[in-house]
Amino acid sequence: MLDFAKGVSAPAAAQGTFVQAYRWMLLARLVEEKLASLYRGGKIFGGVFIGKGQEALSVALGITLKKGDLYAPLIRDQAGRLAFGEPLLDGIRTYLGSRLGPMRGRDGNVHRGRPREGIFPMISHLGSMISVVCGALMARRFKGETGAVGAACLGEGGTSTGAFHEAMNLAAVERLPLVMVVANNQYAYSTPNDRQFVCEDLSSRAAGYGIAGHTVDGTDLDACLTVMEEAVGRARRGEGPQLVVANLLRLSGHGEHDDAAYIDPALKASPLGRDCLRLTEEALLAREWAGEGDLACWREEALREVEEAVATVQREPLPDPNTEHWCALATTRLVDSFTAESSF
Amino acid sequence: MITYLEAIREAQAKALADDPRVYIYGQDVGNFGGAFKATKNLAKDFPGRVLDAPISEDAIIGSAVGAAIGGMRPIIEMQFADFSTVGFNQVVNQAATLYWRTETACPITVRLPSGGTAGSGPFHSQSMEGLYAMFPGLVVMTPATVEDAYSMLLEAVAIDDPVIFCEHKYLYYHLKAEGLPTEALPVGKARIARMGRDATVVTYSAMLHECLAMADELATEGYEIEVVDLRSIKPLDTDTVLASVARTGRLLAVGEAWPWGGVTAEVVARVASEGFALLDAPPRRLNAKDTPIPYHPNLWGTHRPTAQTIARATRDLLRL
Repeated sequence: MLDFAKGVSAPAAAQGTFVQAYRWMLLARLVEEKLASLYRGGKIFGGVFIGKGQEALSVALGITLKKGDLYAPLIRDQAGRLAFGEPLLDGIRTYLGSRLGPMRGRDGNVHRGRPREGIFPMISHLGSMISVVCGALMARRFKGETGAVGAACLGEGGTSTGAFHEAMNLAAVERLPLVMVVANNQYAYSTPNDRQFVCEDLSSRAAGYGIAGHTVDGTDLDACLTVMEEAVGRARRGEGPQLVVANLLRLSGHGEHDDAAYIDPALKASPLGRDCLRLTEEALLAREWAGEGDLACWREEALREVEEAVATVQREPLPDPNTEHWCALATTRLVDSFTAESSF
Repeated sequence: MITYLEAIREAQAKALADDPRVYIYGQDVGNFGGAFKATKNLAKDFPGRVLDAPISEDAIIGSAVGAAIGGMRPIIEMQFADFSTVGFNQVVNQAATLYWRTETACPITVRLPSGGTAGSGPFHSQSMEGLYAMFPGLVVMTPATVEDAYSMLLEAVAIDDPVIFCEHKYLYYHLKAEGLPTEALPVGKARIARMGRDATVVTYSAMLHECLAMADELATEGYEIEVVDLRSIKPLDTDTVLASVARTGRLLAVGEAWPWGGVTAEVVARVASEGFALLDAPPRRLNAKDTPIPYHPNLWGTHRPTAQTIARATRDLLRL
């Protein structure tokens, strides 16, 4: 029997999907804890940005998208990246600057991707990736390829940008199969929502674009899986762009450098402040889809996977300024030979 | 006879006809044919491939990057170069960094109708080339002739990097050639537009024609001025400039952009550092005035360099 009193919703997803989603969430949580620990040990250049508290939303999108879809994750999407198919090594290699990683030390941390495989590497300018996904969907349409969906992720703060508005409107005008996922985690760095926007629910903005809007409890994996199934399905069926807004709370600082002392304790104590990973574990136990032993075993497996991956990457070659190909153009004959030489 | 503008239209028609990956996206480029008619009839001739975009420069360029990742070769028309500042982030941070970061090519062409015409005022007259040239990962073309407008635009579409194609509005209707070229200098090579021995004037885009008029005028005074048309400002053909200065010993760099930094400063810096011994006089620059671009022709005609002011600057240089 389900225990609704404890806030566990009715199972919407099949057991297999739910369990798989949980295991990606767990792996994401553990690899990010490891990266945070490496950061505190001074082993990582620049910042570390984790998705604690946002894994349910993130994984729900990643697991709902299919191979061949397009995906522009943002900074708190480790879980979704894993579920979409990004190798665990990609994140670790990018943080540690391994030459074998997708970014080869040229870019770091969350700025990683494999564009030709449909994972777009974010730039720091929020909202900027949405139109890139739009264009990739237009390319599919030009080539007569149908059935693919493109998804872009953003926080509520990023919805204040012009880039967000321009891209949403363009997606609507072009009727693109875009799923725009907004993690409303209550703070954009330190800025609370009452200094960011005034509307009751960000998904109400969908009406202004003439597109479908969805609101979901971002702490609830069932609800997230359900809303993604709906939104991704509708986009795939040609029903145009979908705006999904998930309400949740960032259970960390903006980055590991940030103690997040500005977060209102009342929010932490509210339903928004519940840890989605813990809630998912409770649901697994309540539904008897897993026992305590299973949870311990999965955690052990994930920990081992993380430790092995980190150990592997730590032995890998680092970027070498002497062998680096210092050339920003694909067309080498068009390199300005004077600027190329005068910088040495 | 074919105009500079018609050459741009013909190049786009050829690119669309030759390569199914090419499409055109921009404000009013569809059935209307563009604010300057650079895409006239293309929407009709290439159905579904010449599309009106919403007034969203950021999203237009961002979408071009996504489409390029997806295997297309978009041509983007910014209605005026001035408006490209609204999409600047997508050009310099998205398009220009993509290949360096991911080894994924970004073959997009962004057409910027550039430069001043009488009555256009502060926001429809700007020359943005120097701004874009500052950023790694971009090619910046500044054609001054009908032939270059055609051949360089075709090359812009063909290469695997983002190209900022600065076409000059002043040349659109008035500059004419006998026909389209069948061969062309490759991008990256400057051209000696007029041979001379007394001084080198390096320029590009519409200023080429002011400089050539100046050289005609000074020829009547007995001076032979060599005029170098850079054609592209990134890459900038330093070798051709230095070779010319080696012949003349004197350098004046002329541009329509504002005087702080930019192309003319870059030319002077390169010649000063690499060709100091070639110089018989200090290298000089002439640019527009350091104010927004004025509306009324009385002011505008003085704001930008003209054959007369270039002649004055060149005579000064010859006296040094």
